[in-house]
Amino acid sequence: MTVPAAMMRKVLLTACAWLVALVVLAPYVQMLLTALKPHEELFASPPGYLPESWQFGNFLEVWRVAPIWEYLRNTVLIAGLSTVLAVAVALPAAYYTARRRFRGRRMFLLLVLVTQMFAPTALVIGIHREMLALGLIDTYAALILVNAAFNLAFSTWILHAYFSSIPVELEEAAWLDGCGTLQALLRVTLPLAVPGVVTAVIFTFITAWNEFVVALTLTSTPETQPLTVGITAFIGQYEVQWQYLFAASLIAIVPVVALFAYIERFLVSGLTAGSVK
Amino acid sequence: MRPSATTTGRVPAGRARPRRTARLEPLLWLGPALLLIGGIVLWPVVEMVLTSLREISRTGVPRGWAGADNFSALLDHPELVPVIGRTIVWVAGIVAVTVALSLGLAQLLHARFPGRRLVRWALIVPWAASLVMTAIVWRWMLSYFYGITNRVLTDLGVIDSPRDWLGDPTIALLWMMWVGVFVSLPFTTYVLLAGLQTVPDEVHEAARVDGASRWRTYWSVVFPLLKPALLVATVINVINVFNSFPIIWAMTRGGPGNATDTTTTFMYKLAFVDQSVGQSAAMAVVNFLMVVVMVLLYLRAVRWKEIG
Repeated sequence: MTVPAAMMRKVLLTACAWLVALVVLAPYVQMLLTALKPHEELFASPPGYLPESWQFGNFLEVWRVAPIWEYLRNTVLIAGLSTVLAVAVALPAAYYTARRRFRGRRMFLLLVLVTQMFAPTALVIGIHREMLALGLIDTYAALILVNAAFNLAFSTWILHAYFSSIPVELEEAAWLDGCGTLQALLRVTLPLAVPGVVTAVIFTFITAWNEFVVALTLTSTPETQPLTVGITAFIGQYEVQWQYLFAASLIAIVPVVALFAYIERFLVSGLTAGSVK
Repeated sequence: MRPSATTTGRVPAGRARPRRTARLEPLLWLGPALLLIGGIVLWPVVEMVLTSLREISRTGVPRGWAGADNFSALLDHPELVPVIGRTIVWVAGIVAVTVALSLGLAQLLHARFPGRRLVRWALIVPWAASLVMTAIVWRWMLSYFYGITNRVLTDLGVIDSPRDWLGDPTIALLWMMWVGVFVSLPFTTYVLLAGLQTVPDEVHEAARVDGASRWRTYWSVVFPLLKPALLVATVINVINVFNSFPIIWAMTRGGPGNATDTTTTFMYKLAFVDQSVGQSAAMAVVNFLMVVVMVLLYLRAVRWKEIG
């Protein structure tokens, strides 16, 4: 290939890639521009591309017009506690299945792989019946248990893969130095599995943070509703307060996008259960 | 079970425990996980099947066994066949377009160009952002009078006058399918990117030495190597798209009537709008069986027999 042709190719390629980025970000830019418009401009037809008067105050006002603090507190508590529960339960299971051979090991791994494919959406009717029977409707406990249970599989898989990749000899050396099994795990293996733990924690947190269907079904008051469900209150019967709706949405989106970017390179291997190496 | 050299559990000498404790030991480590999976994932399945076989009052009180009544009522529902047909179009359409676009995108993002890191980060946004919020902003952008889509398309001269995109069921469904593609692209592209990274550079060089064109190299050499990644991405997408409730719920609620419902929103409306819990559970069981079939396909795709 001649040099100018190679240059052309590169320029074209770069332009295409940047165009893709633009298309992908467009809805979120529109979210931001809408959040910055005053009420009257939202109902201009045809709409303006940019706000005529930039209402940065909408991002402060939104906390006052709706119980955003409560929604956000609920989201943080639910996402945080389900992450702690899921990872705390996944850690011993992942370690044990990576290190020991025992009857039922394959059965257990199969169960985990299968549950990873079950979304709460398909089971939401059953979940609702169960929580009704347990008297857990409209409680944190219900949402924490559901989020933890449905994210357990991902955490177990990624931690299982991490533990399997750490040479058992390192632990054996610790045993020779007089460490117990548990001490060797805590002092030697776990520190080496930190990237896996971080990925499991962040991914579970984001999934729980964005969860919608179960929260929609099991909660009905601002005391327990997370942000994903709470913001739908801006959609009234006759009018939608788009500027606040999107200001609240952005408050929810920005932190998780940052976290997601941080674990980007570990994600794929975890999500595809180690089949794409 | 094949013992593997690196991970065989070797209990150090002098640590052998009495047999009984040794047999119970796995339960100690796996117990909490089993409890959580059993209690929160498997129990709802059982509960769902039982509910589908019961007569449930509108207030949610069981009134005794119904046999197959719920299922026959569901089969008689005039909307059932259109809803299932629409679900098939929904899943097949979104997954096919997503996979086709992702193959190109992965190739694009695999190449070196200035700002590659930033473009990859941009692609993460629809993946990380809440699905409901993304769907709501699309609904806003497609609004008849105030939406930016009509403004952009009229300014570009693509349309003469604004359209009510979400008012017509067919067009609304197409737009929602586009949103489905939009949120599925990042994951699929990332899986294919991971697949591309496994293709050794020597392969490209060997093909070039043999005088193959870029296109030929891709189809005869790279694409076959991508197949495992493609298969896994496809099956995971099928399951995700099938379960995709928030897009339709946020954009049209499956309406007008049931005109844009898929099986998931239909099931939800049966339970929480029409209050026919029994019929809804019957629909849920049907849905669940379809998911089970897809999971079996997934297990084949990841070649479960070879791992673990």
